[in-house]
Parts: sequence; C-alpha cells; structure tokens
Amino acid sequence: MIRLDQLAKTYWQKNAAIKAVNSVSLSVPKGDICVFLGPSGCGKTTTLKMINRLIQPTSGKVFINDEDTSGIDEVTLRRHIGYVIQQIGLFPNMTIEENISIVPRMLGWDKKKMQERAKELMSIVALDPSKYLSRYPRELSGGQQQRIGVIRALAADAPILLMDEPFGAVDPINRESIQNEFFQMQRQLQKTVIMVSHDIDEAIKLGDKVAVFRAGELTQYTHPDALLAQPKNDFVAAFVGQDRTLKRLLLVTGGDAASEALSGSPETPATKALEMMDEIDSKYLTITDSDNKALGYISRRQAKDSAGKTCQDILRTFNATATPEENLRVLLSRMYEFNTSWLPVLDTEGKYKGLVTQESIADYLSSGKSKNV
Amino acid sequence: MTFKKKAAVALSALIVFLLGFAHLMESSILQYKDDLIYYSLCHLRLVSWSMFYALLIGIPTGIILSRPRFSSFAEKTIQLFNIGSSIPTMAVLALALVVLGIGDGPAIFALILASLLPIVRNTFEGLRQVPPVLSEAARGLGMTPMQSLVRVELPNSFAIMLGGIRTALAINVGTAPLSFIIGGDSLGGLIFPAIYLNNQGQLILGATVTALMALVLDGFVASFGHFILKRRGLA
Repeated sequence: MIRLDQLAKTYWQKNAAIKAVNSVSLSVPKGDICVFLGPSGCGKTTTLKMINRLIQPTSGKVFINDEDTSGIDEVTLRRHIGYVIQQIGLFPNMTIEENISIVPRMLGWDKKKMQERAKELMSIVALDPSKYLSRYPRELSGGQQQRIGVIRALAADAPILLMDEPFGAVDPINRESIQNEFFQMQRQLQKTVIMVSHDIDEAIKLGDKVAVFRAGELTQYTHPDALLAQPKNDFVAAFVGQDRTLKRLLLVTGGDAASEALSGSPETPATKALEMMDEIDSKYLTITDSDNKALGYISRRQAKDSAGKTCQDILRTFNATATPEENLRVLLSRMYEFNTSWLPVLDTEGKYKGLVTQESIADYLSSGKSKNV
Repeated sequence: MTFKKKAAVALSALIVFLLGFAHLMESSILQYKDDLIYYSLCHLRLVSWSMFYALLIGIPTGIILSRPRFSSFAEKTIQLFNIGSSIPTMAVLALALVVLGIGDGPAIFALILASLLPIVRNTFEGLRQVPPVLSEAARGLGMTPMQSLVRVELPNSFAIMLGGIRTALAINVGTAPLSFIIGGDSLGGLIFPAIYLNNQGQLILGATVTALMALVLDGFVASFGHFILKRRGLA
C-alpha cells in the first residue's frame, strides 16, 4: 500500500515560490493501479518522482506499507520500487539480459538466479529468451524495447511499480497490446502501480482509481467510472471529454446495467406471460427452468396469438447472450451485430441474471449511479 | 569521411611524397639508422609519458566538470583550458624551461599542457551529451552516482572521448619534436640539426617518421576504440 500525506514541492524562482505540488494526500491499496491524470505541468510527474525521491519533497511524507520512507536512504528505496520511464531508457551499452539484471545485480543476487529471472520475465512478455537476451536494445523494435523496460522494473520483484507515461513512446497499435499485456500481468502479479498519464482512455482502461491533477493540486480521486459519471468540476469534465458518458461504456458491465431478472417458467400460460411482459414493459420474456437456468425466450406478439398455450410451446432460443462481466461497449456492439435491442445476461453456469436493453443502458448511464471504490 | 577513407587519402599522399624523395631517403636511412632508432624510441617515450599524464589528469577533470554540482563554473573552466591551449607551444616550452630546467621533464610537462584540452573538453562534452533519460533511468533504478557514471555515462560517451584522445595524440606526436629546443630527446633531434645544416635528406627523414608515427599511433588507438565500441554494441 502506498500513502501520500500532504506531499508538497515548492520551487523557488527569482524569489517567487512556485508550488509545483501542493499538499497532495491519497492512498493506493495493495494490488491496485492508480493513474495520475492531468495536463502537462499539473504536478503529476513531480508527485510520482517524489515517491522514489528522484525529486526531494519540500514537505509531506510518503508511506509504503505504513512505513515512513523518509527514513530509508534513497538508493535503497529506489532499488525496492520498480520504475518505468516514458522514453524507455534501456542502456544501449548493455545487452537485454544485462539491462534486465541491473537491479538484481545491485542487490547481490547470484548469477544463476539472475539468469533464470531474466528468462522467466522474457517469457511473461512473450519474447524468446534464447533469441533476445544477448541482443542490444537498438536491435529490438520500439514495442519490444518498451516491454523490456517494463520487465526490467519488475526484475527484483519489487511490490510497487512507478510508471511515468510508460506507453507514450510506442505507436497506437502496439500501445493497445502492451497495455493489455501489462494489465493481465499486473492482475496476475498483484503489484501496486502508480502510473502517470495524460490519456483519459488509458486511465479508464487500466486504472482502478484515477487521480486528476490541476496546477499542483489533487482535484478528484476516485474510480474512473465515478470520474466520468460525476466529474467534480468543469475542469475535470472538460478533461475527461464531451463524450464522457460514452466512455463509461467501457467501464459499466452487463451485470451493472441489467434490468430486473423477471422470468417465466416453461409451464407459465401464455396469457400470464403477457401480463408479466406488461409489468416490465417489455416485448420479450426470458423463460427459465426451476434452477433459474435460461432456456430461451418468448415474444409478446406470439404470446398474444397463443391463448391457451404455455410458454413451452412458443419458446425460442437466444440469438445472442451476454455475460455479467462483459462491458457495455462489447454488448452494444453485439446488439447491433444481431440487430436486436436486448440481450439476456447469463452467468457462466447459464443462470439468468437480467436483461440488458438499450433502455436499461440509458437508464443506468443517466441515473447518476456509478461504480465507486 | 570515415576513418578508412581518411587513412587511404593520407597514405596515398604519403606514398607520392615518399617516392619523390626516395633517393634522398634511401641514403639517409642507411646513414642515420642508429640515430633514427634512438630518436624514435625517445620520441615514443615522450609521447607515452605525456599522454599517460594528460589522460590521468584530463579524464577525471572532464568527469568532475560534467557533474551537476560543478555546472555553474564548468564552461568557464573549459574556457581557461582553451586559453591554455592557445598559448603557443614554444612559449610553454620556454616557460617550462624557466621553471623546470632542461631535459625530458619540462618537455613532458609542455606536451601534457598541449594535449590536455581536447581530452578534457571531449570527456566533458561526451558526458554532457549522454541522453538525460539514461541518467534518469540509472537513478530511478537505484544506481549510486558512481555506478551511474561507470556503468552508464562513461560507456555511452566513450565515442566522443575517444575523438578527443585521438586529437590530443596527433597534437602530441606533432609537437614533441619541439622538445629538442629545451633539451628533450625526440625526432626533433633529427629535424632541427638538419634545418641548421640544410641537410634535406635528414630533415625529410625526421619529418616523415614523425608523420608516420602519428598515423600509426592514431590508427592503433582508433581501431582499439572501435573494437571496444563494437564489443559493447555501440558501433
């Protein structure tokens, strides 16, 4: 866990104090990714660098696992905090293996352990160790170099990772895949990550929490969905963009936006089913068995024409379904693909969780509800 | 122009030069064989010692000047070295003579002064031109300033430093004959008497061997540097 307590940095320029960072306090729980977001010059990078004391704080404290880091000398501190920089910063005079082994070597690991660690890390980012370990950085592509930059920071298995615009130097296509790789890796290794970014989409994609900075102050610190749903002021609203509600589609899942899970059983008479559809104002009704497993659906039109029959007789199978974890962007895309306005949400066991419709999505996004903390 | 091209041009010029004076040389070499060997070895000794001390003083000075805490007066100090090197070598020799007397000692002292500037300046510039991102990465990974210097900054400024060393060497070898004036033994021992006696053969022999020595030593240092750079993936 990382906790910043009233961290501040003041520069003096011609006898005028410039507050680069003004009393920033926040805490990042273990295993979370926190993204520092803001325009350039807002103090986000300065705040990051004060955590590993590349910049000495003017006042305030940094706690790592409740230990005040001002008592630890800066070299030791940095060796126990992974650090990734925007321009990658691989050393051109060292092979990939030497680059990766820098921190382990300084920590006095034995040779064999370092070699094994280097191989292990290379396989995490899907680069062939026998092919790449003995190469020099300039013999690798930008994307490959960026991956090495990330695993170099992980080499000594530091529990904390600081990243200064880590994916800024790669092209958009590579960035996307490196971000995905990194996200999976982070979830697997449970590192606590603080990442500086000026890209709202990156923050939404990777952040468990987002801290928005403006002119050295922490303006808002919350879950990315809450940031998009309830920006604290005009500055945040402008920064996250006019289309912020659309951006929420990535963060809100089918489970969040599903309407109530009313369903009929195969034995339900068609007339009763019609009443149920009236009740939830729907053209369709999902039919489930006694185990709440979804069997299919019936439509209002058919139910109308089928007086005396049961739902079993007019049951149809689903064209497309959704899982509770899938985000709305994916689900909307699927709706358009199948030319439908609704999808039943089914969990992995096939149990019925509710209905995602265009209306339920609109209801959720405009309700003022958001995912928070 | 690459080093190879430069060397080729210089060598072909030299060959023409040598052919033109072949008949002079042939008799001169035979006549001055013993002197030639003796003065060449002396010349090499002067160059070696003065280069050794120039590197010993110049590289650490360049390193110290490049450190952030000295940045405020680094430029001024380099200017001082500039002035130092713009004093004619003859004047330096004369001063050395006054202070240290005659012999190899003052000659080496004067040669150190003459070759110091390119070494200091290129070490300083080389270190300053190491991309800041590399120093930041080194610091961020937890290297001490010394580790950063030795493992990151020096290797990545080696190419520029090497250029300075080669310049210094060329100046050094070319200036060393002047040490004859204050009693230092060098190829000047062939050249100066030849001037006084108007002995063309001896003069050309001394000058040619000096030039050859400069080329050979430079080629040696250059290929050594290239070998190091290549091994470290920098060339």
